[in-house]
Amino acid sequence: MADAVIVVALLLTAASATAAVATRDPARQALVLAVLGLLLGVVFTVLQAPDVGLSQLAVGSALTPLLIMLSVRKVRRRGKEGDK
Amino acid sequence: MSRRLRLWLLGVGGAGLAALLVAACLDVPAFGRRSHPYGERAVRASLARHTANVVSSVNFDQRAYDTLGEMSILFAAVLGCVVLLRQAGDEHRADPRPAEVALPVRRYALLVLPVALVTGLYVIAHGQLSPGGGFQGGVVAATALHLLYLGADYRALERVRPTGVFEVTDSLAACSYLVLGLAGLLAGTAFLANTLLPYGTFNTLSSGGLVPLLNAAIGMEVASAVVVLLAGFLDQAVEIEREKGS
Repeated sequence: MADAVIVVALLLTAASATAAVATRDPARQALVLAVLGLLLGVVFTVLQAPDVGLSQLAVGSALTPLLIMLSVRKVRRRGKEGDK
Repeated sequence: MSRRLRLWLLGVGGAGLAALLVAACLDVPAFGRRSHPYGERAVRASLARHTANVVSSVNFDQRAYDTLGEMSILFAAVLGCVVLLRQAGDEHRADPRPAEVALPVRRYALLVLPVALVTGLYVIAHGQLSPGGGFQGGVVAATALHLLYLGADYRALERVRPTGVFEVTDSLAACSYLVLGLAGLLAGTAFLANTLLPYGTFNTLSSGGLVPLLNAAIGMEVASAVVVLLAGFLDQAVEIEREKGS
């Protein structure tokens, strides 16, 4: 039973990681990365490493996407300023 | 170095790495087996010092020196970001306009903010007892603060988040970790040795000797480091503009 949960979690992680690579728009990619971070957190928890799961959840699904979104916003704003 | 020599060097290095990786993978223990020699020893050492969360015991007692290195990496990375993202000579700060926020978003953010903040502080405070610790709780508490940016606007966030104070807190927390380590040296044991304080009653907040103190130092360091890091990015994304005509 536990093995089935691990397999499902790993498959979902692989699927969302592929989706993150296949997404071309950086803003959308940040959202997919957040989902990937959440799923990786599930994988770590299922493998009985809740400490690592918590780190992954906090950094992978909140901090990293936020930093990417802010960078995208800055770059787009710069592009707009350049057009004027 | 010529192009050919570089490629050759890369090839040799890559082949060596591949050979070592394959050799290591052939020797990896099977997935999910019963015996864990390192785990058993770590649990024994952790229980001997009345630390309920073995991972915290590994991080802040058995391998506290490793954690010092990790903390320095985070500190250096944030320092680098602050230097890179500072306001340059040809840039100026535009006051952010008050933003319109949809009512459900505002309500949700302001409702969740205190809950998330308390959760972060709880995770830091219970690092020696339950999963989590300074790093995890610090990130949660720091990102929770930024719900104010979602729920209100950037000016509200800036009012509760004086960057200078957080920069000083970051450095003080990093120093306090070092000082706690040096205290062991002064007492005649070893750097970061967990032998100074009484180990306390198992599974209470004050158990584990030095572990809760180091954990709190890391919590403070990570929380303020993340706040400073996000402040650098937010300033760039919201406030700092290039001068017209440059």
